[in-house]
Amino acid sequence: MTMATTATTDPMLPEPYSVRQVLKETADTFTLTLESSNGSGGSAFQPGQFSMLWVFGVGELPISISGDPVERHRLVYTVRSVGQATHALVSREVGEAVGVRGPFGTGWPVEKAQGGDVLVIAGGIGLAPLRPVIYEVLHNREKYGRLVILYGARSPRDLLYRKELTSWARQRDTQVLVTVDYGGLSWRGHVGVVTTLFKYARLQPARSLAMACGPEIMMRFVARDLETHGFARENIYLSMERNMKCAVGFCGHCQHGPHFICKDGPIFSYDRMRPLLEKYEL
Amino acid sequence: METLEHIIAEHPFFAGLESYYTNLLTGCAANVRFDGGTYIFKEGEEANEFYLIRTGKVALEIFAPQRKPIMLSTLGEGEILGWSWLLPPYRWKLHAHAVEPVRAIALDGKCLRMKCEQNHDLGYEMLKRFAHIMEERLEATRLQLLDVYAVG
Repeated sequence: MTMATTATTDPMLPEPYSVRQVLKETADTFTLTLESSNGSGGSAFQPGQFSMLWVFGVGELPISISGDPVERHRLVYTVRSVGQATHALVSREVGEAVGVRGPFGTGWPVEKAQGGDVLVIAGGIGLAPLRPVIYEVLHNREKYGRLVILYGARSPRDLLYRKELTSWARQRDTQVLVTVDYGGLSWRGHVGVVTTLFKYARLQPARSLAMACGPEIMMRFVARDLETHGFARENIYLSMERNMKCAVGFCGHCQHGPHFICKDGPIFSYDRMRPLLEKYEL
Repeated sequence: METLEHIIAEHPFFAGLESYYTNLLTGCAANVRFDGGTYIFKEGEEANEFYLIRTGKVALEIFAPQRKPIMLSTLGEGEILGWSWLLPPYRWKLHAHAVEPVRAIALDGKCLRMKCEQNHDLGYEMLKRFAHIMEERLEATRLQLLDVYAVG
């Protein structure tokens, strides 16, 4: 069981960071690299954890960390600009300040996954919280079996981390399959939802652990299909999302059934989350 | 070299089918190849076969007037292409475009329809299998229609 890790200082107090780089991934999605402004040397995090990012004067946002856990001196976030606060965040210039609280929440079960095959299933911007898992497996290749990455996006122009997808596909014992819902005539890859890629995945479900992140409805279909393909419920992990505010389980904004997503999650095994995924009232 | 009979008997689509039936199916089967960029069938043409894709990728496309073809989904290794041969009026509803060189086994639908009419047990086994594929693709299409990656 992966334990939750929270910041060692006052969890409600943002640390000052400055923007080192802003990289445009797609028309509306950007990757921000932040570095500590107080010389603290950065912050350790587990793949799957998130931070609360303050855009001073605008608001605070929960954003999953999408960088490499080995690179402690910087924090990387991939953000889709969909509202006032996210727009303000991705519009920061290099050198401008951003407040960071965290990291918060549970991580992906990368230790539990050791010794077996790892299946990463991402939809849309859901690849961002899973990218640290991919780094972790590739840095410690001898500890894991095959790595299979299944990634679905709306269209070819909505794909994140294009160069890395190509680079990952060249690594040994690694299979990367990408599909889009709407492919143009020049697209030579798969067309269809991400679940249609399962049949091409070369791994052994009985000795595999699956980690999925994407829109909740996608994860519901993914988890159900993984079960059909022989995955045990306790070996399927999902990253849940609710309206997180305090990030430490005080405010209750992100309560989902008996769980606080910020503190008990955001990563949950399917056997814990299944009853809630099937309740339409939630 | 793998024989047609062996390939059909081992294919997951035909799992659980008695050897008597796989032998019958083999009698209606042939190896085929399509060059990348060619059409395997087009909307409106007679549907007299279905395919077990062995290698390559096939795009299912639909045409709308004055627009470029719209790619609805792709099928690859191990998948089944085509069910219009099974249901009247036996006409293809979509274009099947080999986007890569494709090797497949073609099963003669006319021959199979006749065998299914003569032997309803075989007909039921075939219908069960195609109904499963139709259900899978209907569900995938529903999920695709939800446009889940769009901004809330």
